[in-house]
Amino acid sequence: MAVHGFRRTAADRVILLVDDVEKGILSALLEQLLEFVAPAVEDEDPLVALVGLDPEAKPSDDPAMARLFPDAFRDDPEASGEFRRFTERSLRDLKGAQARTALQTLQRSGSKVTLSLDEAGSWLGALNDLRLTLGTRLEITEDGMEELASLPDDDPRAPTFHVYDWLTFLQESLVLAVMP
Amino acid sequence: MSTAPAELDLPDIVEETERPWVTIVWNDPVNLMSYVTYVFMTYYKYPRELAEKLMQQVHHEGRAVVSSGDREAMERDVTAMHSYGLWATMAKDE
Repeated sequence: MAVHGFRRTAADRVILLVDDVEKGILSALLEQLLEFVAPAVEDEDPLVALVGLDPEAKPSDDPAMARLFPDAFRDDPEASGEFRRFTERSLRDLKGAQARTALQTLQRSGSKVTLSLDEAGSWLGALNDLRLTLGTRLEITEDGMEELASLPDDDPRAPTFHVYDWLTFLQESLVLAVMP
Repeated sequence: MSTAPAELDLPDIVEETERPWVTIVWNDPVNLMSYVTYVFMTYYKYPRELAEKLMQQVHHEGRAVVSSGDREAMERDVTAMHSYGLWATMAKDE
């Protein structure tokens, strides 16, 4: 993949240059993220959607989901559970909205995606969520990066790591572009 | 004197009810150092030096206390850190 990434313009816009392949990969990843963090729920209790309070919210067995929606207390499952019931629904809505904004700005653009600073903030959140999800799936550790970077091409983790590595480059360029 | 224990106990009770809470950010292998610095500067409005110092502390010591206050304020901060994807918890300040 060509080295593109995000950059800031003098007019406080952020520009992302992507080719067709990169656009396709980003669209697919963002659609998956959207479905992962904010799946459409049928027959949802309207009160849940209205007040953002979810009495059914529980910690997930999926490590990636648990990483995106962590416990707020280290050794207090009861307090963590209550915190989750009050906050997880709005956190899902926020993460979903960020992924949706990223997807929409990508779909409205050609190879040059021009973003407001707000839209760039949504991209930053969505890219971070994608990296957290893929990084958890790859069981990334600080000491294990070299091993992952030198995986043979036929290793089943290799394609995911290449995408993760590329998203890392993209996010790093975006942080630089929006840094106060 | 019989009143002494009660007087001695009083400060402990005050401390117990007014003890501030803290927000702790934990190290993780995915979040970029530049991104963590960005979050501390953007959400907390910390100057770059402080944001970088806290980021380094998270990275090298595994955790850092990034804010303190009453329980409600820390609930807001932890929620915000989770919205940025940082791994944060809250606890009573020890």
